[in-house]
Amino acid sequence: MPHPFAVHRLQEGDLSVLSLDGYLDAHTAPHFERAIQDEIDAGRVRLVVDGAQLKYISSAGLGVFMSFIEEVREKGGDIKICSLVPKVRQIFDILGFQAIYDMVESRDEAVRRFVDVPTREV
Amino acid sequence: MGSIEQRFTLLVPSSTENLALIRDFVSNVGLQAGLGEDDVAKLELAVDEACTNVIEHAHRGDLSKDVVVRATFDERTLRVEVVDTGEGFDPATQPQENLEQMVAKHRSGGLGLRVMKSLMDEVSYEIVPGDTNRLRMVKKLRKEV
Repeated sequence: MPHPFAVHRLQEGDLSVLSLDGYLDAHTAPHFERAIQDEIDAGRVRLVVDGAQLKYISSAGLGVFMSFIEEVREKGGDIKICSLVPKVRQIFDILGFQAIYDMVESRDEAVRRFVDVPTREV
Repeated sequence: MGSIEQRFTLLVPSSTENLALIRDFVSNVGLQAGLGEDDVAKLELAVDEACTNVIEHAHRGDLSKDVVVRATFDERTLRVEVVDTGEGFDPATQPQENLEQMVAKHRSGGLGLRVMKSLMDEVSYEIVPGDTNRLRMVKKLRKEV
């Protein structure tokens, strides 16, 4: 049986919060990909990805973040990543994600970050 | 137990659906070998990356093929070998670009190899085109003396 994975969506003002829950690997990455694509298709490009309940991520999941960031920023938005547990955060750090993505401790901080830095250069 | 080598083998159809099963298998072997929680997590991820490459690139989603994971350990070392009969995809041939370059080129290939190399003590390949390919990874066991 695959390990479970879900994306829970919430609107906070003009921000879309996508909370990842469970195990994000090559099997479940297409689910996350569709969730982000749905936001972009609906014109919502200010995205907070909350990883508080994300138990596991492989490079297939990290690849999803990479594949959308340019398009989102070209449209004036961004993907801010928050609340990663240390085990998961370590994988983002190994690959150098902190150079490209705003990664913060809490959802509130991610929301504030959108006020300070609405978008970034890729 | 001494230095007697213990061997474990898992054979599953080549599908990403089985990645969870593969992770559970290596996690259990890692615990039995005496790895701590942190190292077990690293082992799980490294083997997941290796098997994902096999399933998606070497076997190209062909469910009739199998992925074989062999794990062996003694008191010093845990070795994991991922065996496939696919096209001999060698992630080491992927260009080594930094993350910014990869984003700009819309590429994410090669991330798995970086993860494997970061998490394991050794990573090597033996590719025999048209036959079997083996990716070998080694994790040194830190036992108290």
